[in-house]
Amino acid sequence: MKTGVKRSHSDLTYDIINVIVLLILFLIVAYPLYFVIIASVSDPKLVTSGRVLFYPKNFNFDGYKEVLNYAPIWSGYRNTIVYTVFYTGVSVMVSLLSGYALGQNRLPGRNFFTAFFIFTMFFSGGLIPTYLLMKDIGLYGNSLIIILMGAVNVNNIIISRTFIKSTVPAELFEAASIDGCSHTGFFFRIVLPVSQALIAVLVLFAAVSQWNSWFNAMIYLKGEEQMPLQMVLRDLIVNQSAVSMASDSAAMGGDAAAQVYLVEAMRYAVIIVSTLPIMCVYPFVQKYFVKGIMIGSVKG
Amino acid sequence: MRKNRSVPKSANGRLLGKRILQSYELYLFLLPAVLLLIVFNYMPMYGILIAFKDFKPAAGIMGSSWAGLKYFSRFFSMPMFTVILKNTLVLSFYSLLAGFPLPIILALLLNSTPNDKLKRLVQTITYAPHFISIVIIVGMINIFFSPSTGIVVNIMHTLGFMDGNLELLMNAGSFPHLYVWSGVWQSIGWNSIIYLGALSGVDPALHEAAIVDGASKFQRVMRIDFPSILPTIVILLILNSGSIMNVGFEKAFLMQNSFNLSNSEVINTYVYKIGIKEAQYSLSSAIGLFNSVINFVMIILVNQISRRLGQGSLW
Repeated sequence: MKTGVKRSHSDLTYDIINVIVLLILFLIVAYPLYFVIIASVSDPKLVTSGRVLFYPKNFNFDGYKEVLNYAPIWSGYRNTIVYTVFYTGVSVMVSLLSGYALGQNRLPGRNFFTAFFIFTMFFSGGLIPTYLLMKDIGLYGNSLIIILMGAVNVNNIIISRTFIKSTVPAELFEAASIDGCSHTGFFFRIVLPVSQALIAVLVLFAAVSQWNSWFNAMIYLKGEEQMPLQMVLRDLIVNQSAVSMASDSAAMGGDAAAQVYLVEAMRYAVIIVSTLPIMCVYPFVQKYFVKGIMIGSVKG
Repeated sequence: MRKNRSVPKSANGRLLGKRILQSYELYLFLLPAVLLLIVFNYMPMYGILIAFKDFKPAAGIMGSSWAGLKYFSRFFSMPMFTVILKNTLVLSFYSLLAGFPLPIILALLLNSTPNDKLKRLVQTITYAPHFISIVIIVGMINIFFSPSTGIVVNIMHTLGFMDGNLELLMNAGSFPHLYVWSGVWQSIGWNSIIYLGALSGVDPALHEAAIVDGASKFQRVMRIDFPSILPTIVILLILNSGSIMNVGFEKAFLMQNSFNLSNSEVINTYVYKIGIKEAQYSLSSAIGLFNSVINFVMIILVNQISRRLGQGSLW
């Protein structure tokens, strides 16, 4: 807060402490991210012995080469892109359509539908009954399940209802309907164009959550070729299967110690490769975050 | 809000029928969501019956014989019952205790910082980890705290704090700390956004008046900023306590290893283990139902509290 009044002694102390605390926090959050970046392009031998701390040393892209040659990454990438695009499309469209309909005060049965939606936020069948049902109805092992399961996000529907109600006055539809406009025409010609901020937020949240998800894939998919990127990553950097993979190629004539280093380099590289798309979009969508959270916190 | 005009009773039915016909498009709009919710949410609720039956997949839900509360009493008498209940509660209380106040402090600091550039920089960086997947967060924990080659052990060696291997990942006692503080690292910035939004609504005239009265900056933060976001804080605290029994599956599951299982097995991971891995469907459904019911009661409870406090219903 800038003021014309001269800063007193205690205010100066406050400012200094404020800046120091924020700088420390900045370093705590930023350093691990920065370290992954410099470690991914440095000589893994120096990284594992702790000699890469502040800047990259002995530029080395072997980790990236290894990642790019690892076929499951590419199929995982392709699957994740497909899942993310379709899931986002379905999820956003469903939220907007339902949000619009639930916002119509004259809709008979509106309270019933609202209760029908909201009840699912509080109670669920749970993992096992859902799993058994999916096996029964044949969705188990079908990629469609990744796109459809969780596509109805009741929170997003409520956000959409609140936003549309406050942006598009009900009188506007009444006027349009006198001129012969239907709900469908009104929705596509008036509601969608004025809801761009809402759509941006819904797309952002849906796309990020699908990009980062792996749980449904682990439970409901069977085939390796269906697995999304995060499942491939889990094998690589959490389950340590990278070690066994490296020992396979070591058996084919590589030096074992060099292979261990390669695995280390590959783990850093794979983090960068899989997070890159989100981090590229991040600066451009940052301005929507606050809007998204504030829309969500306003009750309808 | 528009009130329906009162109409004579005889015309009421016809009018409603007409309104339903007129709104057929709106029902079509609702149709996809309703169908998806029926398939993925309501139909599984029917499957809860297997918690009360000796479920045999071959016989189906209807064909299996009733078991009453057998599986519930079995669960309550299992040694695992207290372990997973304790782990679940420890993780959620610890997360709440550490993760709840810090974003508030961050928001107050950001809002009162003398340097706008620093504010934007800190915001950009602290929001970023929210978008990193759990898989990568856990991968980073494993890499950084790796016993002999991780950066943490290397820094400790360089500074001379310790020698030998770092055994944090193999030590069950350190699991809650790793779990909670990595969570704080990931979400402190993101969780501060809502408070920053509330702070932006504070009337500048209050600050001007306080300055004239000679209030210091720290006093203004404590007496003006903090009280004005207090309603938001209360609401979020209530909301968060509603999910106290709901420790997310994903992170605990990914962080599990054979060393820390005694502290990292929570209700959700246990349901997965005995339900999907070991196919004990009835028992795992009973445990899952136990957890769902508690979560449901908690949410209803916190909503009542919020209503009493005059914050309105949460939905």
